[in-house]
Amino acid sequence: MMLSKGLKRKREEEQEKETLAVDTWWLDPSLPAVAQAPPPATSSSLFDLSVLKLHHSLRQSEPDLRHLVLVVNTLRRVQASMAPEPTLPPVPSPSAAPCVADSLLASSDAALSASMASLLEDLSHIEGLSQAPQPLVDEGPPGRPTGGSPPSLGALDLLGPATGCLLDDELEGLFEDIDTSMYDSELWAPASEALKPGPEDGPGKEEALELDEAELDYLLDVLVGTQALERPPGPGR
Amino acid sequence: MAGPGGGGCPAGGHDLQWCFSQVKGAVDEDVAEADIISTVEFSYSGDLLATGDKGGRVVIFQREQENKSRPHARGEYNVYSTFQSHEPEFDYLKSLEIEEKINKIRWLPQQNAAHFLLSTNDKTIKLWKISERDKRAEGYNLKDEDGRLRDPFRITALRVPILKPMDLMVEASPRRIFANAHTYHINSISVNSDHETYLSADDLRINLWHLEITDRSFNIVDIKPVNMEELTEVITAAEFHPLQCNVFVYSSSKGTIRLCDMRSSALCDRHSKFFEEPEDPSSRSFFSEIISSISDVKFSHSGRYMMTRDYLSVKVWDLNMESRPVETHQVHEYLRSKLCSLYENDCIFDKFECCWSGSDSAIMTGSYNNFFRMFDRNTRRDVTLEASRENSKPRACLKPRKVCAGGKRRKDEMSVDSLDFNKKILHTAWHPAENVIAVAATNNLYIFQDKVN
Repeated sequence: MMLSKGLKRKREEEQEKETLAVDTWWLDPSLPAVAQAPPPATSSSLFDLSVLKLHHSLRQSEPDLRHLVLVVNTLRRVQASMAPEPTLPPVPSPSAAPCVADSLLASSDAALSASMASLLEDLSHIEGLSQAPQPLVDEGPPGRPTGGSPPSLGALDLLGPATGCLLDDELEGLFEDIDTSMYDSELWAPASEALKPGPEDGPGKEEALELDEAELDYLLDVLVGTQALERPPGPGR
Repeated sequence: MAGPGGGGCPAGGHDLQWCFSQVKGAVDEDVAEADIISTVEFSYSGDLLATGDKGGRVVIFQREQENKSRPHARGEYNVYSTFQSHEPEFDYLKSLEIEEKINKIRWLPQQNAAHFLLSTNDKTIKLWKISERDKRAEGYNLKDEDGRLRDPFRITALRVPILKPMDLMVEASPRRIFANAHTYHINSISVNSDHETYLSADDLRINLWHLEITDRSFNIVDIKPVNMEELTEVITAAEFHPLQCNVFVYSSSKGTIRLCDMRSSALCDRHSKFFEEPEDPSSRSFFSEIISSISDVKFSHSGRYMMTRDYLSVKVWDLNMESRPVETHQVHEYLRSKLCSLYENDCIFDKFECCWSGSDSAIMTGSYNNFFRMFDRNTRRDVTLEASRENSKPRACLKPRKVCAGGKRRKDEMSVDSLDFNKKILHTAWHPAENVIAVAATNNLYIFQDKVN
């Protein structure tokens, strides 16, 4: 059980108040002062926790819609309450998460994991807050909603950024009239799509990669190329 | 059926003393996931009690008749029928596994010797007929006693088969299968007072069915936004009014209840009444919405009130007053300061059900640590009881339990931190006419009776 014991206040024997052991990590939200202006650190923990939950939820083959909606709404609330840090780059981070949260709901089925990856990428760019957890490391590569077991990532390795072998100009012409939207949202991003620039992408992108980061990269390429996120470009994107 | 306030139960006149009656289920510490009870429901007469579990099975218990030679056995529920209602399925189109867990069981009113119930998993509703066979025919002409066909040329005389008694056999057979009408997970089914139609509700839609027709259903509520990005609210429960066959209610994840009248339009997206309690600003937190999400809604037997269960409380609403409930009962207010931890371990998303006593004078709902709570609406008294094997001596009275919210803990009190949050009582049922209750504690079903009984 995760209930933690904190500082106990001394009280009379006869008194039976509702607030009990004050949790040092999360201040009692029933106190109005706390409810209105939670310290940024705890909001950030709640934010991270909510993102983690969202990730968990989206990884289900059929997410519990109620759980998803409640977590997303909570995430929006937390995000709205988080005061922007002066050390943050001028990335509109407070609006990023709700927008991405929106896109998370919009993109059902095949594009869910792509949206989720984008959200995680967003978080890693938000400075001043605790580091976003990397659930991919703990739980293995994100499974696509279309399968029980995680997809084989061998294919991704073959499709390096330079090999757009499946979509050469020549071949593209042949298949022009075929609706490839189903393929566009999946993991094999054509090299011709605009790649996400930015210095933050440097570490770990071109070098020998863990599979997780390579996959994230391609998911992001797809996301940037195919999904309209309401987020103005800025440094790091 | 007992009328409002009074009726057949003496519940309003004195404090009920609850005693252990029976417990069903395995004693093992290791609980098989499939054995976890997911729904409990008494039939209209109370003589039958059905449970559904995560493994897709339905077990029906029948109350024993009064028997002078076994006076203690009077009123005991024993297994009547067990059958596999739903099997795990695979949706090949979406590559999804469909759980066989029984989400809800609802009985139909009895019209002949057979019993009918509706059981549903996430996607498919089934109508089951449970019938008894205590005779069989003997002396067929075309087949012999083993069932083997007789050689027609050997038949030289005709005889009339005779009926002979046999050991009682209870058969369950699926009579209707209502499938392919729900994209999202079914959370509720409710039989209409016309006994011909019923509704089924999933996260975003409510459908109306005729019990005889399986290839068609009418969509009566649809809250799916055109753009899924705009989805902020889902349907959590729905129920038909017990007396007015045109009226039903549905609750939402935002703590609202909408009452709809099917006479006003075919698509009931516009409610006739909208019930919502304004948020208390002093208790506002990040979790306000989650704890306001309604997990169950039940009309009173009288049809004048309805009850809703949210995470921390049970509220009774007068259907004539939309602005706020007429009663609010705290189930486990001591959890309010633990909401963050409960969010972390997902307990905050647990869906507790609630139920009315036959006379509507008392209400019951579950909590953690195998505790369940009862509120007497007349005396305004409430009690916390526990479903546990330790308190399971025959006809032993249950001792009220108390959770210490803070400060110095008294000897017989439990502290919040020692509560077992894995032992949750989500499903309870109250006999429609007597003070007999069924409480599902994970894989065990407890039956308690009032001492007077």
